[in-house]
Amino acid sequence: MNIFDRLMRMDRRWVFLLVALVCAITYAIPFKIKLNKSPEVKAVFSFMDTLKAGDIIFVAVDYDPSSMAELNPMFYAIVEQAFRKEVKVIFSALSQNAPTMADQLIKDVADSVKQDRTYNGKFYKGREIKNGVDYTFLGYKPYPALIILAMGQNFRIPFPTDYYGVPLDSLPMMKKIRNYDQCKCVVDLSASNATDMWITYGQSRYNFPLALGLTGVMSADYYPYLNSGQVFGIMGGLLGAAQYEALADNPGAAMDGMRIQVFAHIVIILFILMGNIGYLVSRRKSKKG
Amino acid sequence: MKFKIWAVCCLAILGMISSGMAQENADTANRATTASISPPAPPGNLEPKDTPDDNGHSITLGWSLSPDDGAGNKSVLGYKIFRSTNRDTGFVERGVSPSGSKEYVDMGGAIPEENDYMPNDTDYYYKLRAVTSDSTVYSETGVIGPTQTTGEWFNRGRTLVLVFVLIFAMVTVFFIRKARSGAELFVRRLAGIEAVDEAIGRATEMGKPILYVLGLGTASDIATIASFSILGRVAKKIAEYQTGLIVPCYDAIVMTVAQETVRTAFLDAGRPDAYNEDMVYYVTSNQFGYVAAVNGTMLRQMPATNIYMGTFFAESLLLAETGALAGSVQIAGTDQVAQIPFFVVACDYTLIGEELYAASAYLSREPILLGSLKAQDYGKAAVIALSIIGIIAAQFNWTWLVELFKSAN
Amino acid sequence: MKRQVPLMLVFTLALVMIIQYFVPNDLSLDTNEFLLKWIIIIGVFAMALGIWSLIRVSYEKIKRRVPGWQYPIATLLGLAAMIIFGFDYGRHFSTAEGLNNPMFLKFFLYIIIPIQSTMFALLAFYIASAAYRAFRARSALATLLLLAALIVMLRFNPYLGIFGQYLERTTSWLLNVPNLAAKRAIIIGIGLGSVATALKVMLGIERAYMGKD
Repeated sequence: MNIFDRLMRMDRRWVFLLVALVCAITYAIPFKIKLNKSPEVKAVFSFMDTLKAGDIIFVAVDYDPSSMAELNPMFYAIVEQAFRKEVKVIFSALSQNAPTMADQLIKDVADSVKQDRTYNGKFYKGREIKNGVDYTFLGYKPYPALIILAMGQNFRIPFPTDYYGVPLDSLPMMKKIRNYDQCKCVVDLSASNATDMWITYGQSRYNFPLALGLTGVMSADYYPYLNSGQVFGIMGGLLGAAQYEALADNPGAAMDGMRIQVFAHIVIILFILMGNIGYLVSRRKSKKG
Repeated sequence: MKFKIWAVCCLAILGMISSGMAQENADTANRATTASISPPAPPGNLEPKDTPDDNGHSITLGWSLSPDDGAGNKSVLGYKIFRSTNRDTGFVERGVSPSGSKEYVDMGGAIPEENDYMPNDTDYYYKLRAVTSDSTVYSETGVIGPTQTTGEWFNRGRTLVLVFVLIFAMVTVFFIRKARSGAELFVRRLAGIEAVDEAIGRATEMGKPILYVLGLGTASDIATIASFSILGRVAKKIAEYQTGLIVPCYDAIVMTVAQETVRTAFLDAGRPDAYNEDMVYYVTSNQFGYVAAVNGTMLRQMPATNIYMGTFFAESLLLAETGALAGSVQIAGTDQVAQIPFFVVACDYTLIGEELYAASAYLSREPILLGSLKAQDYGKAAVIALSIIGIIAAQFNWTWLVELFKSAN
Repeated sequence: MKRQVPLMLVFTLALVMIIQYFVPNDLSLDTNEFLLKWIIIIGVFAMALGIWSLIRVSYEKIKRRVPGWQYPIATLLGLAAMIIFGFDYGRHFSTAEGLNNPMFLKFFLYIIIPIQSTMFALLAFYIASAAYRAFRARSALATLLLLAALIVMLRFNPYLGIFGQYLERTTSWLLNVPNLAAKRAIIIGIGLGSVATALKVMLGIERAYMGKD
């Protein structure tokens, strides 16, 4: 077997090894990379930036821990921005393994907001984030389509109590909130078909502004909805998360992950090129022969 | 000396008194300035109407702006909406609309247990107050009403959807009847479907089982329903060829339906004794737990053929690559557009989108199923024609035609 | 009778749900809510059937010592552990309190989360090997696919300078024009196929789910 045949038929374990090495090395060596900001991510950030103290948004945490590498940075960036601006947030978790993870995420962001910070030149004093006052966490129920439909009438129909067992009517922030109409927007962070449910059963029926935070693989699918106006912004994958962190001036795991992803992509491209060189040369040889 | 002290004290006292008087004059001047804003002109033409195409419990108010809206000294900064069930008393503030707005939707709860319950078929009276920067300076419209809320029996915004569904249903029934009467209906070749028979034959020769994955959908997902039909026909062939079958399930309801489907298929093939309930089993409703279990099954039992039909997400490539590692022939079909590229890259045959729904018609060649396939083709032709008309309409600014297709609420 | 009753049920309930979509009245919404609650109840009972199936199949594999019989042992142990700790040793059958059990939380945070993340991370390696295997310039269309993949992967590479901007614009065009056109076409086809399949189920033409005696 000559070198070109070898290039064409390399054992996949070499591919796995080299990808693992490149990821490990770029993770170990810290450096920054420059990021362009795409319009669909800017649209989400600009919308969040125009919100005022006392406004309410709905954040749907519809992903399992398997997707947290891509979607957790989006959660941190958006929810921290909301809490800093004193925007109130209602959370739901319509994915099975999401509620415990979402509870932990909220606590992490609440801890971060206790610190004084400056973002984009604006100083924010640290403050205490209180359940029932600054946020409400509805929790999990199965069959997302039904829950999204029911919440359009009243959050209390599928969730008479919050995740911690407290009746919604006794939470101070929920007194004047009935359904999506009182929310400025819904942000769906999802790695499953819950996004389709939010678009079909949520946005199409109740007409609220909807922004999506999706895994990289899914995001290309939802450009039709962006173009038709059903969705006003999309953050796609680690790149979308990193762009949002850059816009919010809140660098985190996504910006760290991007430098690994850039080099991993270069390695994959090299393998593709090697495979094609081997294929083309072998094909030419067999034509001659 | 004593005189000097007295003089200083008197001057100090006089100073305190005069500064106090100056402050009082300033306050008076301020109050005079504030009180000098005269009430703005009231808004006009307040009209409350039952909000259309809903279940009631909502009234839409419209009005014309106050002439002082956003203008001059007595500028109107917003409009407060008051409601009562009595013409004379009991008015309660329902909300505030900013200056420049001419509409407000007053929505209430639909069930008596809610704080904000707004029952239907009840008289509601409204008045509108134009407010200024001074909360004591405002003007009001007269009381307008009574207006009642009612739940409509038809959502007119969805009329177009109803029309298209009815037309499509009639076309489907027409082609089904045409097929039943014996007409020949042409359908093009689908390589993935034709490969199923070959794949089952290969598994029989190799003495290895066939792995059928129904996907991660629930029993109410259309892709899963289509997959049940394909499973039934594949299971019947497997029963005839006496090959093994493994069907790991993600959803418990899907498992019960799949068990029934496979049992019936074995019965139809005349081999009810060969059916084993453990062929179709529940694994877990956790995405990656399911993938890990199926991958383990693939690598241990080395099935000759893997068939993936249904709804798949991120696990599609994990399944397909592991199947390729195990050396299985792979046929996939999904309606998840994001996963189609992964199946195309990693599987031998892929059914794209609606080809999955067409598969049961292809496998059975039953006339009535082929008839519904024909109706789908005509439906697509109609969509293409409408798209072309829409492009022309947009070029010539025929907005009435474009408005017709705006999404219904 | 055994076949007619399920078919009538399917037809009637499908018709009710179709009518419900077009009728906004309170009665229609209450009917919808009632049926939705029943779906959740049926789902919970089906879960019990599923768990029983899993236990039985795992037990059979262990009893018959099939190749890899150790894995079902791990399955059953995991199932038992999550049930015992999730119900807080039987003290709480309500899920909210069970979820606060320290061991249950530890299992979730230190076993389930890392394992799920690991499985998802496998995708990175599988994409690399699948791309290496499949992105070959075998034909004109395959070459087009290969070029599009290279452009999209390189678009946010910061080391390409001004060339990167052209790639970004090309990617934007690729995503918003041909990708969108193809996806819309597939979505429209899927939509029509879904309506046709739903009609077939409703009219009893497609009855693979029903079984036979």
